[in-house]
Amino acid sequence: MHLLVALIPLLPLGAAVAVGVAGWRTTTAWAGPLASVAVIGAGALLGADVLEHGALAALGSVLRADSLSAFMVIVIGTVSLIANTYGVSYITGELDRDETTAAAARSYGVLAQVFVAAMLVVVLADNLGVLWVAIEATTVATVLLVGHRRTRASLEASWKYVVIGSVGVGLALLGTVLVYFASRHVNAGNHDALNWSYLVTIAPHLNPGVMRLAIGLIVLGFGTKAGLAPMHSWLPDTYSQAPAPVAALMAGVLSSTAAYALLRYKVIADGALGRNYTRGLLLAGALLSLLVAASLLLAQRDYKRLLAYSSIEHMGLIALGIAIGTPLALTAVLLHILGHGIAKCVLFCTSGEISRSTGTTKIDEVAGLLTLRPLQGTLFGVGLIALAGFPPFAMFASELGIARSGVSDRLGWAVAVALVLVLVTFIAIAGHALKMLLGEPSGVIDADPSGSTTWAVPLVGGLVALAVLGLTMWPIERLIDAAAKVVTR
Amino acid sequence: MSSTVFVQLLDLAVGSTLLCAFAILWRRDLVAIVRALSVQGIALGIVAGLIGIYHHESELVAVAAFVLILKGAVLPGVLLRIIGAGDETREVHPRVNVPASLLTAAALTLLAYATSQSVVALDPSAETRAIPIGLATALIGVFVLANRHKAVTQVIGFVVLDNGISLVAFLATTGVPLVVELGVALDVLAAVLILQVLTARMRAKFGVTDLDQLRELHD
Repeated sequence: MHLLVALIPLLPLGAAVAVGVAGWRTTTAWAGPLASVAVIGAGALLGADVLEHGALAALGSVLRADSLSAFMVIVIGTVSLIANTYGVSYITGELDRDETTAAAARSYGVLAQVFVAAMLVVVLADNLGVLWVAIEATTVATVLLVGHRRTRASLEASWKYVVIGSVGVGLALLGTVLVYFASRHVNAGNHDALNWSYLVTIAPHLNPGVMRLAIGLIVLGFGTKAGLAPMHSWLPDTYSQAPAPVAALMAGVLSSTAAYALLRYKVIADGALGRNYTRGLLLAGALLSLLVAASLLLAQRDYKRLLAYSSIEHMGLIALGIAIGTPLALTAVLLHILGHGIAKCVLFCTSGEISRSTGTTKIDEVAGLLTLRPLQGTLFGVGLIALAGFPPFAMFASELGIARSGVSDRLGWAVAVALVLVLVTFIAIAGHALKMLLGEPSGVIDADPSGSTTWAVPLVGGLVALAVLGLTMWPIERLIDAAAKVVTR
Repeated sequence: MSSTVFVQLLDLAVGSTLLCAFAILWRRDLVAIVRALSVQGIALGIVAGLIGIYHHESELVAVAAFVLILKGAVLPGVLLRIIGAGDETREVHPRVNVPASLLTAAALTLLAYATSQSVVALDPSAETRAIPIGLATALIGVFVLANRHKAVTQVIGFVVLDNGISLVAFLATTGVPLVVELGVALDVLAAVLILQVLTARMRAKFGVTDLDQLRELHD
């Protein structure tokens, strides 16, 4: 079992090697989805084991898996399965239409899997320095993927992404160094001084002055990566320019991987500084993100940017839940991470298909989608319904959970503000979606000529999984409960 | 090495990193800026080496050699290649003019001293007392990034930021664990190489690398 922990990140790396050596072929293209299935399986095994026997350390305690790690492994596996499977038809289609070269397809195949592997290292790292290195590695792996299409706009987006992302994450490194400094001051001889499991035990002894500075930098830094305002400006550009399966991975799991880092640090910070310090920072980020999303969604004209701003909104909700920090709130946050990950992944993949077949990302120009492209229109509509938190989908329960726990923990005012802003974004998105799906066709696009529907299989699967999760949390209920307890004090 | 000599050499090396950061803000000739960056990388390596020798940490001395090569030679080499590939050798007009930039940098240095008081107070040794300088270097790096138009000077700002962070890491903790140190160095190298690739693509698409030309994406 100890070996399994170290093995999990190697699964997508194996797929990367396969594509890297043999190039993008009909067979190697499926290495990515296959690795994702293996990751889900490994995550389930790991989850069962840690529920039974407790946390596992590996590689000289650089890695460590508890129920929260196992849960995140399953989330990453599930979202990457949808994105990678859709990615096969996406890239194969681009190659068939001569829109990309064999070399670009190969580098997509390699980098996308390295990206998934880096995220797996983030959630399995015990050493917070290694966690930082893995988060920065996700930036390095994704930036060339964002520029995959080599247009002016995608070049601009990748530049903004790498510069803002690296600076943000650089601040988090400064914070990590200061945490190490504080930890060494408590016990200079300890070789695990940067390990989360050790820091949690000594948290009350860490110097508060140093920790205040460190945690401030870390929330700002990983908040940048999560897409929390005020450091969100890269996100709409990047998500709208990246190839659809990459945007699906970034919106679906990368942002919540950064939120996961915040969750881990919050436990240490709460021990050293009391609950209110991190709570204040996260509340400010959460409400500001909701405000930014609400105000920029109202007049949005591009459906990919619409999805991107909705991501900022949902990261705001997740930050709100982390700020509340009760077991109920954190259970809801974790369910939200899974539910939003799947829904956003399906939506970005669908948006990729819409923009491919219509050649535009303007909401006005694709009006009447439901009649002109019934399959794309239906998937987009159902995805948005799931995202808005309607039953039977999982996010009904998670949003309700975050709101309820906030009210019962004397944060009713924040929940009230958040609910108003969520309502505004809902109205804005619903208005755009109605125009897009049911509106009068603009004449820019005609009925769909191509009959292929295989691309939709993983997306339908994702939506079904989301509905099942909403009706019964059966497969993962115990794991989510245990995972929420890991980060509650 | 006696402790007085150590403290004097350490202060000299730490002081030169900050001086280089100011020089980067002051100069407009791109090659001169990269030279200042190279000196800063060497000074950073010397800081790590001094701390390693003084505390008899052989691992840190090895890291110092690695930093010296990476930050003193490899990264400046990559940057010179970016500059050599284009025909622009001067940063023509920064957003904030040079005298105002230098004043801002002075203000940032004061800010660094103010915010890191609690860090210095926790363990007032010669190394810890120099931490504000590292923080100031990092802040000036962010300022360079925000203040310059050219792709290559933004990359330089990023490297200055990273040098500042590394300086804090060496001074505060006699180096973070080896595995972290190597990971960080590799990430930075990869980030700079990627920025080089992007700069080349930008030059191919736009003809120039002035980032003010990039304004297609907005709401």
